[in-house]
Amino acid sequence: MAELIVGAIEAVLMIFIGLNLAVFLLYFERKGSALIQDRVGANRASITGLGRKLGLPNLGIINTLVADPIKLFTKEDFVPAGADHFLHTLAPFIALFPVMITFVVIPFGDTITFGGRTFGLQAAPLNAAALYLLATIGIGVYGVSLGGWASNNRWALLGGIRATAQMISYEIAMGLAIIAIVITYGSLDLQAMVRMQGGVWFGWLPRWGIFVQPLAFILLLTAGIAESKRVPFDLPEGESELILGYMLEYSGGKQAAFMLTDLAEQALVAMLLVTFFFGGWQVPWLYRDGFHLPGGAIVALAPLLVSIAGVVAFLIKVVILCSFMGLIRWTLPRFRYDQLMKLGWKILVPLGLANILITAFVVVVAGGAH
Amino acid sequence: MPIALFWFLAAVSLISAFGVVLQRNPLHCLLALIVTLLAIAVLFIGEDATVVGFLQAIVYAGAIMVLFLFVIWLLNLRAEMGPTGHLGLKLFGTIAVAAMFAELMAFLLPPHLQIKFAGHAAGYGSIDSLSQTLFSEYLVAFEVTSVLLLVAVIGAVALARRSTASEIQEHAADNARKERSAAQ
Repeated sequence: MAELIVGAIEAVLMIFIGLNLAVFLLYFERKGSALIQDRVGANRASITGLGRKLGLPNLGIINTLVADPIKLFTKEDFVPAGADHFLHTLAPFIALFPVMITFVVIPFGDTITFGGRTFGLQAAPLNAAALYLLATIGIGVYGVSLGGWASNNRWALLGGIRATAQMISYEIAMGLAIIAIVITYGSLDLQAMVRMQGGVWFGWLPRWGIFVQPLAFILLLTAGIAESKRVPFDLPEGESELILGYMLEYSGGKQAAFMLTDLAEQALVAMLLVTFFFGGWQVPWLYRDGFHLPGGAIVALAPLLVSIAGVVAFLIKVVILCSFMGLIRWTLPRFRYDQLMKLGWKILVPLGLANILITAFVVVVAGGAH
Repeated sequence: MPIALFWFLAAVSLISAFGVVLQRNPLHCLLALIVTLLAIAVLFIGEDATVVGFLQAIVYAGAIMVLFLFVIWLLNLRAEMGPTGHLGLKLFGTIAVAAMFAELMAFLLPPHLQIKFAGHAAGYGSIDSLSQTLFSEYLVAFEVTSVLLLVAVIGAVALARRSTASEIQEHAADNARKERSAAQ
């Protein structure tokens, strides 16, 4: 019973972290993009000019994190004439739900000992977690496609069709990358994968997955960005041709749900990349009893501190990857549709297949990289 | 699996299966079908067939239903407004369905029907045991199935490919010849 309660608390915590990362990405979208494009960015709203009186620079925090959401959620919830009321209302939540339930399988720490009991820091310790990921990501397609269809608008439908085609195409590349990773670690369990990334090579290099599977990292990063429909893969939204694609006929809270889905999906992809390639919660050279530095020096640490250090390391890595994906978003221009499909089917899929072949060969010959 | 969970999932899958048949809008039917398939996937997972359950969710709910969605869009199916088919067809359909239902019930009702959850050996339904069985005992069946799928893919490509320029010319020449012979 205690296990179940702790699991539930961890699940809520994980969803909370995911939502907060989405908010961080939203802030990055408003203020970070301004920094990259040498603009001022959101700086209008403040609470009675308090910040200015204290001489602080306006970071746009009130603007992006308070004023914008209030505006979105107090807007009229508009359903266009001739639209399918039921599906129009359901679609944003069909889109959001699979992303939210995927967060629970990500291990965000090792184990924590609390009052004489040890709990694993993974809300749902599934031993087939990699399959679970693919299942939930696959179901995420419906929210977008049904939203586009239910709006009774041609541009929205076109956006929905584009999004569906794009998401299924890149799901294949994503699945192939994950298969190569599973072959490398010999497990479908995400926590076991992270455990295997502990320790060092040559006395100093952390045993992170990126050094074993660099190609799978690039494949998963590309497919992940395409899956979350961000620039340069934001053709389903395509403001200049489809206005806002499948989101066109949505306003207020429902549109916020769609935007939140994209941002949370990006946070999810960052978490997956950290889990597969950057050692998850592993801190370089940190073991259960403390730091074993490359020179041979040992800094002892309390077990509770080690557990907390793992969680903090996981969060820092995820934030760094989220920022990196934000950087990509504001650097690259949007692809053309044929380029998108060519990249997916003619480059990523063959590369993924070749990667599986080579990985399987190496694993059989050398008995596994780990 | 707790018996309450089993009944809940059974109810969800049955109600949504009725939804597939009884609704008029094809997209609502599709949504109900997805719910049915997901409920069955969860039933599989509850019965320790974890991999089969997840594959059901990935392949059926996640991929094949998307194809259905595209077919509905491409054929531009709309909600059925009036009754379709004539009376004889309906009568025949009703009798056939009733007969099949009676046959199923004869086999499924007690004393044949027994709900019990047999305990499974450790590792039952895991990806290890599944692949061991699939790639040793059933290897031939597996290979035959994959060849069959390959044939289907090649057939689909062959049927859907565009005609080449020379074929189009041949077609045109053929038609012209026929027209000439018809005119004579």
